[in-house]
Amino acid sequence: MDVLIYLIPIAIFLGLLGLIAFLWSLKSGQYDDLEGAKWRILEDDDLPEDRQK
Amino acid sequence: MTVHMRDWDAFVTPLDDGSVHMDLAVEGITCAACMGEIERGLSHLPGIKTARVNLTNQRLAVDWDQQQTAADDIVATLSRLGYKAHPFDPASNKDRQDKTGRQLLRCMAVSGFAGMNVMLLSISVWSGNATDITPETRDFFHWISALIALPTVAYAGQPFFKSAFSALRGGRLNMDVPISIGVFLAVALSLFQTIEHQHQVYFESAVMLLFFLLVGRYLDHNMRGRTRSFAENIAALKAEVAGRIDADGVVREVPLSKIMAGDLVLVTSGERVPVDGIVEDGHSEIDQSLVTGESRLVRAAQGTLVYAGTLNGQGSLKVRVSAASGNTLLDEVNRLLETAAQAKSAYVRIADRAAQLYAPVVHAAAALTFAGWVLFGLGWQPSLVIAISVLIITCPCALGLAVPAVQVVASGQLFRSGILLNSGDAIERLSEADTIVFDKTGTLTTAEPELCSVPDLSDARLVLAGRLALSSRHPLSMALVQATGALVPFETVTEVSGAGVETTHDGQILRLGSPSFCNVPEQNVEAVLREFPGASLLAVRSGDTEPIVLPMRQKLREDAAATVARLVSNGYRVEILSGDRTGAVQEVAEELNIAEWRAELQPAAKIARLDALKAEGRKVLMVGDGLNDAPALAGAYVSMSPVTAVHLSQAAADAVFLGDKLVPVSDALRISKRARRAIEENLWISALYNVVAVPIAVAGFVTPLMAAVAMSVSSLAVTANALRLRIGHHTSG
Repeated sequence: MDVLIYLIPIAIFLGLLGLIAFLWSLKSGQYDDLEGAKWRILEDDDLPEDRQK
Repeated sequence: MTVHMRDWDAFVTPLDDGSVHMDLAVEGITCAACMGEIERGLSHLPGIKTARVNLTNQRLAVDWDQQQTAADDIVATLSRLGYKAHPFDPASNKDRQDKTGRQLLRCMAVSGFAGMNVMLLSISVWSGNATDITPETRDFFHWISALIALPTVAYAGQPFFKSAFSALRGGRLNMDVPISIGVFLAVALSLFQTIEHQHQVYFESAVMLLFFLLVGRYLDHNMRGRTRSFAENIAALKAEVAGRIDADGVVREVPLSKIMAGDLVLVTSGERVPVDGIVEDGHSEIDQSLVTGESRLVRAAQGTLVYAGTLNGQGSLKVRVSAASGNTLLDEVNRLLETAAQAKSAYVRIADRAAQLYAPVVHAAAALTFAGWVLFGLGWQPSLVIAISVLIITCPCALGLAVPAVQVVASGQLFRSGILLNSGDAIERLSEADTIVFDKTGTLTTAEPELCSVPDLSDARLVLAGRLALSSRHPLSMALVQATGALVPFETVTEVSGAGVETTHDGQILRLGSPSFCNVPEQNVEAVLREFPGASLLAVRSGDTEPIVLPMRQKLREDAAATVARLVSNGYRVEILSGDRTGAVQEVAEELNIAEWRAELQPAAKIARLDALKAEGRKVLMVGDGLNDAPALAGAYVSMSPVTAVHLSQAAADAVFLGDKLVPVSDALRISKRARRAIEENLWISALYNVVAVPIAVAGFVTPLMAAVAMSVSSLAVTANALRLRIGHHTSG
């Protein structure tokens, strides 16, 4: 069972990464417009061939 | 706007990198395609750094370089694309980042993350305690839990600790006091137990408790945030700006907050007067109905006092902003507003009322439990564990979550019915209202006038008059256009400021305007006024033929009669309090079958009537829109105003309704009644739960974790009960 000494901190560290990722996404304003985001994925004007127009 | 040029410096915020930022409320964003169109359209302008539409609150945020593109170009581009945009006054839009909401969300995320991990460790320990966990592993798990829980509680508990601390400093108790004490004791005791190598710790209870409470807080905050952001959009769309005439003679459009006494302001035809002031130049007619409730048009010329919120007719006026000497109408209204609002602050929200009762009981119960067990001979540690269980199990989650959950669901339904809430407790108060007092002008009626009788369209002169009316922005002319269905304007039209419009047709002079402008004999005017008391008059004269006088009245909202009838049949007492003349009010009252009505009331008289109703023990819902209603709106038990109302009234009202119909008023009452019932059910559910759970906890049969689980179950029960509101009853009734 000694392996727990490594595994648990690793597991918590990985979870912490998830938390940090969430806090970062919150800070960068990704939750400000939940309505718009679902439509933006359908827009194609960020494709490379459109960019050159 | 004709000659207006906005003073853009008042609307943009400079950024660190030399570019500027501006927030705009955009009208007409309905779908995702609009979003792409606007962003693409703007990105073609030079110097635009970012342009991002927020579809949730229908706003546009632009960062750009002012050297390359002027703010005018941005608004012009938007209007070319077909969207009307209005910049926010940065002074009234400080809170655009929504700091509180983000902090709550961060706290929720941290406590949620910590809760999951601590739970994982705790379950391992419990199952280990039942089987064969080694004391070393258990201690290790406990220490890791402590390491996660301590910073979490310190961070995610902040909203509660701060509120509890400020309450205690103010000598009060609120819900956050037992929460803070419970969490603090649970963590402190757990730490002590961990150091002592005990079998049980309670970190998970503290963290999970915080998580559930934060969910409730966040929902509550979000509900109010949504209403607020829409109300701000409406304020910006209604253009709280004024055209200031600067010393160089140029008219610049500036936000109202930048207008000082002594400034000269241009009011163009068909525009609302933005300020109180004295006319320096120009002739026009003013529709003062929003201010006085009176529908008759008032002539304005040099020296006339005009009030903010009144509607300018045909001419343009130069208005000198009067000093805030304390006698302006606005000052009087503000004074009444303050006293009225103070009188209302005596109202205590259900949740607060319950909390005042509840918090001392919880503390006393926990303290007595502890004392009782110690006296009974149990050690102080197990006694404290039992006391913490009591504190957690009685923890007012039902109160913390039950009321917000219902409010969120109900406000969503109100929103769908076109009602925006200004205050969080409006639902509770709406549900208790038993008397409804309507203002007449702009509330029972719409803002636009209509002809008193159906026009005889076979009369060619009327058809011509309708076409002539197309050239005027006067409200009476617009009503004539609607009534005649005219489409083709005349090419050359002369406008006589403050009197009417004139053109030549088939060699005949055609005039439309005031009766005197069309040479209507005095006795004809009197005859028409005898037949239609309180009507506004518009006259038509073609060549030398007999002039026609068209009496106009304010148009009732189309469903006003049906809504009033429904309210009466639902047992509400309905009354009209109006500032308009007796004849006009009587006519409306008779049409709507309202027996109780009073006319020609000053703002103070409206308040006096409301006080009289209050003394009778009635709870009054006031519905009004004008400046003269604002004090009454603030003083009534609960109040609503239409979206066309003046800014001050909207701010004073508890709820604002959209659209041309009156039915939102009865919808609001109906939805609130159901919401109120759900709130009461929820309070009963939690009370019942406490009655069952507390004795068990006091007896010491419950560990803090079981308490946390039981508490969560009760929270889920009240949330489910709140969601029940959404099922069925979508029809108006």
